[in-house]
Amino acid sequence: MIRCFASSNVRLSASLLALLATTGLAAAADQVVFVSQGGAYQEAQTKAILDPAAKALGITVNQDSSPDAWPVIKTQGATGAPTWDVVDTPTEDCVRGGDQGLIEKLDFSQIPNAANMPEAYKTPYSVAYEFYSSVLTYNTKKFGGHPPQSWADFWNVKAFPGTRALRNHPLATLEAALMADGVEPSKLYPLDVDRAFKKLEEIKPNITVWWTSGGQSAQLLHDGEVDMEMAWNGRVTSVMKDNPDIGFTFNQGLLQNTSLCILKNAPHLKTAVRFLNEAIDPKLQAHLPLAINYGPGNPQAFKTGIIPADLAKTLPSAPENAAKQALIASAWWSSPAGDAALKRWATFVQQ
Amino acid sequence: MATNVTQTSTSSPRGRGQEQMMLFLLLAPALLVVVGLLLVPLLWLAWQSVWDNGFTFENYRRLYTEPLYGRSFLLTFRLSVEVTVTTLLLGYPVAYAATVLPRWLSLGVLALVVVPFWTSVLVRSYGWLVLLQRTGVVNKLLMGMGLIDTPLSLANNEIGVLIGMIHILLPFMVLPLYAAMQKIPRDLLLAGASLGGRPATVFARVFLPLSMPGVAAGTVLVFVLCLGFYITPELLGGGRTLMVSMLISRNIELYNQWGAASAISVVLLVAVMLILAVGRLAVPLKSVAGAK
Repeated sequence: MIRCFASSNVRLSASLLALLATTGLAAAADQVVFVSQGGAYQEAQTKAILDPAAKALGITVNQDSSPDAWPVIKTQGATGAPTWDVVDTPTEDCVRGGDQGLIEKLDFSQIPNAANMPEAYKTPYSVAYEFYSSVLTYNTKKFGGHPPQSWADFWNVKAFPGTRALRNHPLATLEAALMADGVEPSKLYPLDVDRAFKKLEEIKPNITVWWTSGGQSAQLLHDGEVDMEMAWNGRVTSVMKDNPDIGFTFNQGLLQNTSLCILKNAPHLKTAVRFLNEAIDPKLQAHLPLAINYGPGNPQAFKTGIIPADLAKTLPSAPENAAKQALIASAWWSSPAGDAALKRWATFVQQ
Repeated sequence: MATNVTQTSTSSPRGRGQEQMMLFLLLAPALLVVVGLLLVPLLWLAWQSVWDNGFTFENYRRLYTEPLYGRSFLLTFRLSVEVTVTTLLLGYPVAYAATVLPRWLSLGVLALVVVPFWTSVLVRSYGWLVLLQRTGVVNKLLMGMGLIDTPLSLANNEIGVLIGMIHILLPFMVLPLYAAMQKIPRDLLLAGASLGGRPATVFARVFLPLSMPGVAAGTVLVFVLCLGFYITPELLGGGRTLMVSMLISRNIELYNQWGAASAISVVLLVAVMLILAVGRLAVPLKSVAGAK
């Protein structure tokens, strides 16, 4: 209830802000309305990317926050006159939105900074902006010198006894189950959903908690409530500062990213494209991990020399770390098969 | 004369009309709030549950065809019954003690009931997690005393949800009980005793029946609150205790199924209204609200 209330508040302020932005400042220089997820993350990107980009392009970046942008994208699309321009959101939203005519197709000739990015980091509707990873994390005190290093180890309750937690969501969890069952990281998609759920049934009795929020996953680790867990790397790093007994591996981690995409019929379309290109500039991207423990969306950032080597080692999108991981296929998760897996999840967890 | 008559006969309705107009204007803000903030969203909710590019009962059909939904409703009702019965059993003696103890002591008892009431549900649920989890205070204490070898699983399951909900809902049971018990005239108890009734008999035949309005009010209140509980099962359930409120939020956040969420909400709303109606039949609202 409280969460619903909070997000509707955010949405209300969102449309008010956007309204102010489009009417009040129309006479000012070029501008865009940029939407991200708020909190410490948005503060960090403001410092690292948004302010410098605004300065470089001589435009005004009007910011807005929405922890879950998809319902708003859908509503704004329905009106045909959106107030948002550029959104930082999980890639699935961009792809699904593109399929439903809510997101602009990108003209990559206008986005030179994307040219050197891996093809897998781009879709016709989006460009990778920032990376995080669902990694295998564990309590070093419990496992000493031999912590679990793969999802097969996580599933192996005999060799690695202890309490376990997984996210209460099929994304990344199904992939982990398949890897535990021996599927090569490069051959995950299209997911064999039946096989994944079958493998999950196996570990289910040993799962103490199915966590629903990042904060909860951090608390479980911090208090020693679980001995191993799938958690987001950013959360793990912050827990490690408090509790030195926590370790994690990028082995078989599931690389996820948020992407930038532009709303169909965006009010400042031209500026939005320029802004999008600037936001993935390697130098600006390289400043993001200095402000918060997330990986840059543009791997070129690692070649700028701005990111110190020891910091790069902790970032999920650093090339040597990325090589150990599997990239989540947003296109599959936004397909009907992905939707069906999502629905099947609720039944699975409750039984 | 004739003009006079017409004048009086027309002026009187006009006067009444103005008075009604005045009353309506005074009521308007309240009406606007109720219509705008309650009725319109409710109607929109009901509409959304039956409209998906056309009129459909698909969302309601799913409620009984998909086993997940049925299980969630069953779990919610079962937990609600368990919590209601436990709070009644725990709350009755507390409320009784508060009515018979000397005033300063009874105030103390009531304060103990009400003070947790002022702490947010979120904080108290997290508090229970700190106490009950595997590495929590309770388990550490029990293990330290050598009573158990392996930690008991008290949190992240249904037991944790039950404990948390009982603690949070107990005041909602005690307060109506106390209100009803306080209104029972002591003379009746004395009369019962003077007629030869032993304390137990007087309690069972005089006090208990007279306290029933409080029991009914507390029971209905706690049961209805249980049906919509969200944060406590979310935090203490470990992801397995999917209550109806959580089902609604999952349908919106995870599955983008606003129609299904609306249908579940409508069913929950109807269930609550039915329970309230039955509760009102059983006991007139006035007698528990302390109007007299």
